[in-house]
Amino acid sequence: MALTNETIQAQLEAKFEGQVTTFSTETGMLSFESPAALNLKVMQYLFDELGFTFLSDLCGVNYPDNVDGELVVVYHLHNFVENIRLRYSIAVPISKPDVFTATKIFESANWMERETYDFFGINFIGHPNLKRILNVEEMDYFPMRKEFPLEDQTRIDKDDEMFGRG
Amino acid sequence: MEAQHNITLPEGSIEKKTTTLNFGPTHPATHGVFQNIMEIDGERVVSSEQSVGFIHRAFEKLAERRNLYQITPITDRLNYCSSPINNMGWHLTCEKFLKVETPKRVDYLRIIIMELARISDHLICNSIVGVDTGAYTGFLYVMQYRELIYEIYEEVCGSRLTTNIGRIGGFERNFTNTAFEKLEKFLNEYPKVLKEFESLFTRNRIFMERTQGTGGISAERAMNYGFTGPNLRATGVDYDVRVANPYSSYQDFDFTVPVGSTGDNYDRFLVRNAEMWQSISIIKQAYQKVQEFKGTDAEIFHADVPEYYLPKKEDVYNNMEALIWHFKIIMGEVDLPKGQIYNPVEGANGELGFYLISDGGRTPFRLHFRRPCFIYYQAYPELITGGMLSDAVVTMSSLNLIAGELDA
Repeated sequence: MALTNETIQAQLEAKFEGQVTTFSTETGMLSFESPAALNLKVMQYLFDELGFTFLSDLCGVNYPDNVDGELVVVYHLHNFVENIRLRYSIAVPISKPDVFTATKIFESANWMERETYDFFGINFIGHPNLKRILNVEEMDYFPMRKEFPLEDQTRIDKDDEMFGRG
Repeated sequence: MEAQHNITLPEGSIEKKTTTLNFGPTHPATHGVFQNIMEIDGERVVSSEQSVGFIHRAFEKLAERRNLYQITPITDRLNYCSSPINNMGWHLTCEKFLKVETPKRVDYLRIIIMELARISDHLICNSIVGVDTGAYTGFLYVMQYRELIYEIYEEVCGSRLTTNIGRIGGFERNFTNTAFEKLEKFLNEYPKVLKEFESLFTRNRIFMERTQGTGGISAERAMNYGFTGPNLRATGVDYDVRVANPYSSYQDFDFTVPVGSTGDNYDRFLVRNAEMWQSISIIKQAYQKVQEFKGTDAEIFHADVPEYYLPKKEDVYNNMEALIWHFKIIMGEVDLPKGQIYNPVEGANGELGFYLISDGGRTPFRLHFRRPCFIYYQAYPELITGGMLSDAVVTMSSLNLIAGELDA
C-alpha cells in the first residue's frame, strides 16, 4: 500500500488514539505533534511499521510565548522506499526541558541532540554523551534561546575603534 | 628464554598498554580543523573521539536577524568547496516558501552552475584522497580545471570561492558570451583530463591496496548514521535528492545515479568519479537546452518577483517603482508569510537541508541548516577502529569533510 499523508495520519490516529495531534500539511509535508513523553513510541512505530528509517534532521526551536512548551524539538523523518517525508515535533517547558533520546533508534541523533542541547539546553534523557559540541564546554548559557538577542547594531557605548565600528 | 615483565609501577597506578595520540586540530593531513584523540596500539586505532566546533560562527543565530537575501553570503561559508550549490539551495528554499515560479531558462542555468560546483567539489575530494595515498600529481593536474570552473563563476557573478551567486528568482545578470565560451572550453577539455585522472588512480595497484577495504560501512549502518550523498551511495543505496525530490527542473534531465557496494574508501572514490561523468552529461544537456532559447527568451535570467529581486541599477535611478522596491528590499521592509518549510538539495557531499520557520516577520524566526558532513562525521570512529592510523587519514579525506559546513 502506498503511503500518503492521509494514510499516515489515519494510522497514527488509530494507533495513538488522539495523543498525536495538530496534523497539518504545508508545502506537501505532513507535520504533527505529540506529548513529549511519547516521542520514542511514535518514532519507533514510524520506524518499524511505516518505514521511516532515516532521520534527516533534528533541531530545536525556542518559542518564548508558548507557555509550558517554550522549547520544541523537531524531527524530520524520511521513508526512502516510499519517498515520503514528515515533520514531527514535541514541546517541553523551559523549566524542565526533558526529552527521551532518539539515539537508540537513530545513531545519527547523537550529535544532533548534542547540538540541540548545546544551543537550547534540552536535556536528552539517556543520551550516551550529552555535552556541548560546537560551543566551548565552559559556556553556562544556551545561546540560541530567544532570551539572548544579537548585539544591537546601533549601540554607541562600545569603544570599537580597532574594528571600525565605533 | 625468560618471559619479559613490565616495569613495576608504583602501587595504584594503572598500566596503560595503548598510546594516546592527539591528531589535529591543525594537522596537514586533516584538511581542515578537526581534532581526534585516538588510542592507538602500535599502528592500529583502538578508539577515537572527535571534537568539532573550532570554526563555529553561529550562522543560525546570525540568520535570525537578516533578511533572506542577506543570508545567501552566510550559506557561501558552509561548504566552501561548492558554495554555488549552497546559494542555489537557499534561493530554491526561499522560492518554494514564497511560491515563486522560476522560468525554465533560469532552472537550466542554475543546473549548469550547480553541476560545475559538484564537479569542482568532487575533484578536490578525490584528488586529496590521492594526495593522502601518496600521489600528488593528480591533485596538481586537476587544479587547473577547478580554476577554469572558478573563472566561469567569476564571469557569472564576479567572485570565485564564496560566490554569493544568484538572487531569489534567478541570477543578478545574464550569462555573458565569455561565460558560455569558457563553459564550452571546459566541456571540450575536461573529459579528457578526467579520463587521465581516472587512469592514474582507478586501477593503480598502490591506490587500490590503500583504499580497498578501509573505512567501509554497511548500507544499514550508513543509513542509521544519517549518511547521504556519495558516501551513502557508495554503500549501495541509490538515494539522490535530485531524483527523489527533483528541484530546479532536474526531472527534465537524463542521468544515472552511480552506486557502490562496500562503502569503503575505494567505492567512495569511484562513486565520485562516476558522478563527475554524470555531471558533465547534465551540463551538456542543460547547455543544449539553454541554447534552444532564442530572441527575447534568451534574455530571461530571473523571475518577475519585484518584492525580492533587486531591480537594475539604472531603473532604480530612473523609475519610481524600481526605486521603491530597491528601498524596501535593502531596508528589509518586506514581510515574509507565516509558515515552515524543509527543503533539501543534493549538495556535493550529501543532503543539504534548509529548515526555515517564519512567524510573519522580516527575518526568519529560526533557520536550521542540515549540514550533511556534521551528521556523517559521527561515524568516523566506527569507520577507523581496528584499522591502521594511516588509513584513518585516507578515510577522513574520502568522507569529504568540510570544516566550514560541519561547524556552521
